[in-house]
Amino acid sequence: MVDLHFLANPARFRRFSQRVLPSLSFATVLAFCVGLYFALVQSPPDYQQGETVRIMFVHVPSAWLSMAGYGLLAVLGAALLVWRHPLAALMARAAAPVGACFALVCLLTGSLWGRPMWGTYWVWDARLTSMLLLFFLYLGHIALSRAYDDPDRGDRAAAILALIGAINLPIIKFSVDWWNTLHQPASVARLGGPSIHPAILLPLLWMAGSFLLLFILLVLVRTETEIDRRRLENTDQIADQNA
Amino acid sequence: MSDHAVFILSAYLAGLVILGGLTIASLSARTKVRRELAARGLERPREQRARASR
Repeated sequence: MVDLHFLANPARFRRFSQRVLPSLSFATVLAFCVGLYFALVQSPPDYQQGETVRIMFVHVPSAWLSMAGYGLLAVLGAALLVWRHPLAALMARAAAPVGACFALVCLLTGSLWGRPMWGTYWVWDARLTSMLLLFFLYLGHIALSRAYDDPDRGDRAAAILALIGAINLPIIKFSVDWWNTLHQPASVARLGGPSIHPAILLPLLWMAGSFLLLFILLVLVRTETEIDRRRLENTDQIADQNA
Repeated sequence: MSDHAVFILSAYLAGLVILGGLTIASLSARTKVRRELAARGLERPREQRARASR
């Protein structure tokens, strides 16, 4: 297993991120160019959904990443509260807005798919409501982490919210099995294997890979910014003490 | 893309605006903080870093 402990030091993480970012940016742009070609041009229409299946190439990856992003927040919250990991708070601050944006994209694109397919933009069904709750949890995390004058207190409060809110993740995933919902059941991550035709599954997975690269890129850039911002705040504090 | 084109294009536009906006905001915040660090002498400006790495 790759040892990631060397990244626990913010300065070392910053150097690592600066080395990785140029090639990661190039890979992300390239992946999106190929992915969008397959999603909008190459892939066939679905036999039931018709052309609206193309919305799924944005909707599904953003749903996966908004959930994975919240899982990351919960892990970082545990790392902050249990081990007082120096980078965990900064990375959580960086990742929360990214996850919130992916959740918003998921909600908006789902709504735009729902209108032609279900005849409505929104229904209060278990999957949609739990996804909306995830978006609000992200907003709560962002607000809490910035609510205190002492950033450490804000980070700890947000970490507790991240851990409590993680209960919502299995609810989102299994809501379609536990309750009778308008939202269709899982068709990719299911026990019997994907039920989607490869002509649609492959572009979907490719787009999911592109979204994952973008997610990593944004979290790296924002974490680096948070490290630099903390450095500025520390120098301000030292200057105040010396004055 | 048939009569549903408006929904499909709106969905892609929403993704582009939100994620593109976040990317631009993240990069500009990074540039701003780096400039501030450089102004305080805590970080070498971009040109100096490039020269040093050559």
